Amino acid sequence: MSIVTHSVAEPSSLSKTIGGIIVATYAIIAILPLLWIFLTSFKTPTDSISYPPKIISEPSVEGYVNLFTTRTRQTPEFLASLPPPQTWYERLVRSRNMVIAGPSKVVPRFINSMVIGFGSTFLAVCLGTIAAYAFSRFRVPLADDLLFFILSTRMMPPIAVAIPIYLMFRNLGLTDTKIGMILLYTAVNVSLAVWLLKGFIDEIPREYEEAAMVDGYSRLQAFFKVVLPQATTGIAATAIFCLIFAWNEYAFAVLLTSGDAQTMPPFIPFIIGEGGQDWPAVAAATTLFFLPILLFTILLRRHLLRGITFGAVRK
Amino acid sequence: MSTLAERADARAPRRPVFRLGGMSDRAIAWLFIMPSVLLLLAINIFPLLWTIQLSFTNYRANRPNAPLRYVGLDNYRDILTDPDVWHAMQATAHFVLWSIVLEMLIGFGLALLINRRFRGHSFWTTMILLPMMLSPAVVGNFWTFLLQPQIGLFNSAVAFVTGTDPSSFQMIGDVALAPWAIIMVDVWMWTPYVMLICLAGLRSIPDYIYEAAEVDRASPWRQFCSITLPMVMPFLMLAILFRAIENFKMFDMVNLLTSGGPGSTTELASITLKREAFEKWRTGYSSALAIILFVSVFGAANIYVRALDRVKQR
Repeated sequence: MSIVTHSVAEPSSLSKTIGGIIVATYAIIAILPLLWIFLTSFKTPTDSISYPPKIISEPSVEGYVNLFTTRTRQTPEFLASLPPPQTWYERLVRSRNMVIAGPSKVVPRFINSMVIGFGSTFLAVCLGTIAAYAFSRFRVPLADDLLFFILSTRMMPPIAVAIPIYLMFRNLGLTDTKIGMILLYTAVNVSLAVWLLKGFIDEIPREYEEAAMVDGYSRLQAFFKVVLPQATTGIAATAIFCLIFAWNEYAFAVLLTSGDAQTMPPFIPFIIGEGGQDWPAVAAATTLFFLPILLFTILLRRHLLRGITFGAVRK
Repeated sequence: MSTLAERADARAPRRPVFRLGGMSDRAIAWLFIMPSVLLLLAINIFPLLWTIQLSFTNYRANRPNAPLRYVGLDNYRDILTDPDVWHAMQATAHFVLWSIVLEMLIGFGLALLINRRFRGHSFWTTMILLPMMLSPAVVGNFWTFLLQPQIGLFNSAVAFVTGTDPSSFQMIGDVALAPWAIIMVDVWMWTPYVMLICLAGLRSIPDYIYEAAEVDRASPWRQFCSITLPMVMPFLMLAILFRAIENFKMFDMVNLLTSGGPGSTTELASITLKREAFEKWRTGYSSALAIILFVSVFGAANIYVRALDRVKQR
């Protein structure tokens, strides 16, 4: 587990500095697109598509207002006949010669993303933990084949599986339902959960549960009272990986949902203003959508490698 | 704190404790594994078998009541003689090959630099990692904005550095540039992934090997070729395997960035599949294509895993 701090007689401070400068430059260039999206979310629609692109512009929350509302354009005469705007966002919309027609669909889509994300994560982690425990501790016949089978389900192109799943969901009435999407994402995530958690549980010494069983615990009690508490970190890390997958997934979502169960990724590209995509609103949605991921990345930093390689590489 | 006597007491009744709770270990093992396996059977294997069956028919999902006819291997023959499919396969190969080459070079290079452990390296590493955690679809979508010829950040930045006119080139509208646009965005997104795996490889090399080489007066280049590279090789191959599988399946990012265009320049295998299955509704035909794609990924991955094992054993 320990990281060997190796160096050929410690790199010289000059080579360290050069390395640092190159890496920092790369990082800044790589982060620029994300910063640009963040900046764009605080621009007015006109500023966002100005030529040449404006780096500094009057900050505006119009993108966020547009994201959360649907608006209709009105004639000046009609606007003049309305009572004065009650709230700051109404005033903003009125200044563009529009009135708020109602809330947009972004909140329900965000809630769908949360419900489907957390639902499928919960199920995948529950199923994954017990399966991983069994693979880790018991002599399961054909264990390697089963584990490989579980992994191989991840190799199928999603579109290839989507064809029969589309037909299956249509027959079962699961098309565009949250239950359907939760089941589907659980199935996709369970392979990751089994592989990651097997690695984490393998690292818990068997002696702990054996000692507990000698003290009179049954196997199940030992599992719940000894192994689970020990595996908390691993379970949490696995859960975050599953959540990120469900949060980011697009292929299944775009093919199998259209309204009631639509999540954010298929929704964001279709935030339309007058004449094409409303970029500040898209940028605002993208920013809000990325924030949880930013938090998770920082939380996961230590387990990231394991998660992205299905537990193949452990640091 | 229990005393020794108490502990001895607790141990005293030597019951078959491992079988308590009414269930044998074997029963628990199956009880624990079955739910996952059943779910995967229902949502992965059953659909796969169904796809195989559909691939021998003329079924169209938008006409569920049309008479179903078995056409044998016709779909497979049509696919393998269809120039569009070959074109998509070539586009996919170009995308997979170049994205992996560039990600390996940049990722490994960054890992070597980060491994020098300059001050603040862990902060910069976290910064670099961000793009790969994002939703590929949302990434594809906002890169269409960044790559717009006049208003986009990318063209302006290139124009600023090289002094050309920002509207003189279009990354996603130009037949010659579009294949490189999808490679560029993929490299932007996934270089951190390769870097992270390479970094783990570099950190797994124990110090003393370099120290011994130093004693033998091996040049830095020699050390790199005979120590670093061979010892990182299994990690590099793992990174190549994962990236190759992922990029062979690539759908979301490219679908939103170029949706296969202009023309069909960037139409990768998955995008062709989606068009056949969900726009033209040729379910039987697209099922056969799905099977061909799946067998290719699966076969290639298997061969590759064997090669990986051989490298690891060395």
